[in-house]
Amino acid sequence: MTEIRMKVNGSVESLDVEPWVSLLDALRERLGVTGPKKGCDQGACGACTVLADGMRINACLALAIQYDGREITTIEGVAHPLQEAFVRHDGFQCGYCTPGQICSAIGMLAEYEAGMPSAVTGSRGLDEAEIRERMSGNLCRCGAYNGIVDAIKEVSG
Amino acid sequence: MSIKYAETEQATGTTKYVGQAIDRVDGPAKTTGEARFAAEYPYPGLAYAALVHATVPRGRITAIDTAQAKAVRGVIDVLTHENAPPMKPAPKLSLLDPSTLVSGTPVNYLATDEVHWNGQPVAVVVAETPETARYAASLVRPAYEELPATVDLAAEQHNAVPQKGNLLGETSADKGDAQAALAAAPHSVDLTFTTPPHNHNAIEPHATTAVWEGDRLTVHEATQNITWTRKHLAQRFGVPEKGVRVLSPYVGGGFGGKGSVWAGTLLAVLAARATGRPVRLALTREAVYHTVGGRTGSIQRVALGAGADGALTAILHTSVSRTGRGGGHGEQITAGTRHLYAAPNIHLRQSTVPLDLLPNTFMRAPGESIGTFALESAVDELALELGLDPVELRLRNEPDRDPVGGQRLAHRRLRQAYALGAERFGWRERDPRPGSMRDGRWLVGMGVATAYHPSMRMPANVAVRLGADGTVVVRCGLQEMGMGTATVLGQMAADELGVPLASVRVEYGDSDLPVGPGAGGSMQTASAAAGVQDAAAKLKRTMLGLVRRSPGSPLRGRRPAEVEARDGGLYAGASGQTYVEILKAAGRSHVEVESKAGMLGFVARTLRERRRLVRAATGAQFCEVRVDPDTMEVRVSRWLGVFDVGTVINARTAASQLRGGIVMGIGMALSEQTLIDHRNGRVMNASLSEYHVPVHADIPRIEVLCLDEPDSTMPLGLRGVGEVSITGAAAAVANAVRHATGKRVLDLPITLDKLL
Repeated sequence: MTEIRMKVNGSVESLDVEPWVSLLDALRERLGVTGPKKGCDQGACGACTVLADGMRINACLALAIQYDGREITTIEGVAHPLQEAFVRHDGFQCGYCTPGQICSAIGMLAEYEAGMPSAVTGSRGLDEAEIRERMSGNLCRCGAYNGIVDAIKEVSG
Repeated sequence: MSIKYAETEQATGTTKYVGQAIDRVDGPAKTTGEARFAAEYPYPGLAYAALVHATVPRGRITAIDTAQAKAVRGVIDVLTHENAPPMKPAPKLSLLDPSTLVSGTPVNYLATDEVHWNGQPVAVVVAETPETARYAASLVRPAYEELPATVDLAAEQHNAVPQKGNLLGETSADKGDAQAALAAAPHSVDLTFTTPPHNHNAIEPHATTAVWEGDRLTVHEATQNITWTRKHLAQRFGVPEKGVRVLSPYVGGGFGGKGSVWAGTLLAVLAARATGRPVRLALTREAVYHTVGGRTGSIQRVALGAGADGALTAILHTSVSRTGRGGGHGEQITAGTRHLYAAPNIHLRQSTVPLDLLPNTFMRAPGESIGTFALESAVDELALELGLDPVELRLRNEPDRDPVGGQRLAHRRLRQAYALGAERFGWRERDPRPGSMRDGRWLVGMGVATAYHPSMRMPANVAVRLGADGTVVVRCGLQEMGMGTATVLGQMAADELGVPLASVRVEYGDSDLPVGPGAGGSMQTASAAAGVQDAAAKLKRTMLGLVRRSPGSPLRGRRPAEVEARDGGLYAGASGQTYVEILKAAGRSHVEVESKAGMLGFVARTLRERRRLVRAATGAQFCEVRVDPDTMEVRVSRWLGVFDVGTVINARTAASQLRGGIVMGIGMALSEQTLIDHRNGRVMNASLSEYHVPVHADIPRIEVLCLDEPDSTMPLGLRGVGEVSITGAAAAVANAVRHATGKRVLDLPITLDKLL
């Protein structure tokens, strides 16, 4: 067991975890923070996306002990215009991938602002193709992709 | 789950909510993390379960070594067929009790040493933490006596037997002499298509949290059918049904995969009973592939004969699909072909062959989705053969009555759908010559296909409670897995009762509520609509009864037919009373009514109706693709679907559902397939990394239009929208690819190796 301290959604949490516990399981099963979802547990679906010091990561691919002393923001700690925009543009159906989509979009906008390029980056600015490319790590099986892109476009525009 | 509508809705009783694009009522919960799914309910002393899967396709367990697993610190128990408490066998399928349909497979896990598919659960580990359970599961060592297994559909197709018809429809048809007509036809196509198995891949893996208190059982479950799940669990564990409560307020996607009770649910409940602890079993993604059935693969022949004018003279459609030797059902693969085109000679056959694989199950538009791929590809090929525009060919063969049964077609508007779609999509700009259209270096192709899905409904009991303050509670055991159930239920109730939407609260997702239908077959909203109408009529009669003899009431002596529910009350012409006034005058704190729909009468009526009426949601799918001329990579660049789904209850959620079906159809067309190792029946790509569902970058802007005319034969004029839009979608892509490249791909998915 290793004792770690993390700031989760603004409050300091200390917990004892075995070294093999993922950040996602630490959040969901140890701290009861269930906003980040488990869809694949192997970094393929993005439902577990959280912000670690503002950067988006797949919490299922991170070990909790790596995040000792770090600041984690999950959907529960997010207060962002994207949330309302997702509702208005119907950027979800079942809602299971939604926390990950929103956290990922927040991280993505920050990456874009910081000048990080994507595979399709050209001179067009943050257009639909850029948003789609940069959000492709977040699967939505209900197929709400159009609404998600619209919500992100509205908030970023 | 109980949810209230936002106060921001500006509404009076005269506003019609039905048809409006109203925001989802559960939107705030789903965008803040507040919405809790089945694996997210905390209990003191909660234990975690993990499954051990068989690694042979067929055989017997000769020994199972659990010593190493049991020795792991934190392991509570390891359950196998040698020590698990008994579970009753699944009840036999009976049409008199539709809940018997909910059993995914009759295999009685852990009560048998038999293995029926590669991946069948053979042990359950229960531990203090999820990591311990998973680790210990990896240490369980079963030994098998392996038996010969057949797992390859193509190799076994000669063993297929005719599929039986059922409540959902017939599985064969013969009209005229289709073989002779095909041979004599001046123009014909005769093609054999293959489609691979598919998996639902809802982003929420199946999960169960099970809690026993004596003989009382509470289950937090990801299910499309709380009512039947409750009954099934009561039967399997031999406890009274009323002591079982299934809660499922949020379901993270279903698409048919959560329509049955599969191993995870039963084994979580069993593990909780065996250990005396609350148990959570959240399946891994891989375990979903091994324990929850998917869509069958298929081999289909479609042959069409036509005269020079394009009038079809012969239609033949035959299919072979598979079931599991341990359960599964045939699908309605030729259902669309039965109803879509007029022809004097029609031959339809469906057959199935049982394989030693996990039983198949319904997945979004079972049968129709893959059947329309074959039919609508063949129609496109016939158009090329005839030199006719594919839209025109379809319109020339649009029937006036059902082509096989001769029944009336309830409200069919395919002609209008095609006319509107062709106009909006710019179909006239399409150069019909294959390979003729380019955008820079990209080859451009445009394709169309028809969408078809039968419209059905089931009985639904709906309770309505009207409070002294004018608030309304609508209660029905419905499921919400993203369709907008909660939102449309409130909209329908507010309109039927003539009250503001903001005064309505809906309760759903709890088996203690009045019995609703399962979420399947695109039936839920239409079923609920009838229940809401019945309950509203009952409420009107009850409220009127309270004041009919009151000397001071403007409603005195009025009959229900003379009274209208609007503006938060009942009115006869200009005079009336609000519900609040009526309750106050009668000295009542509330009034509650419940609609009751009987299953047997309902089934009888459905069968009677089917003899004279054919109902379906239909649509015209327009797809544009761009194909890289060097790599032959296919990108879908534009989409328009025009659908005839009767009354649209919520323009926003309906459009989203229709888009979602198209997205899944694009996946089916271009990337989705479950790969079975034919040596041992193992799923080879049991992950979201290797089973490719569409991602953001794969999906262009999808335009969806609904004709929005009520179907007078359905409650509120509505037809379900959950499945129709996946039908025809793969064919529209294949036809666009054919147009862009000149290549007809008969085998899904259309990966680039098939175009090079």
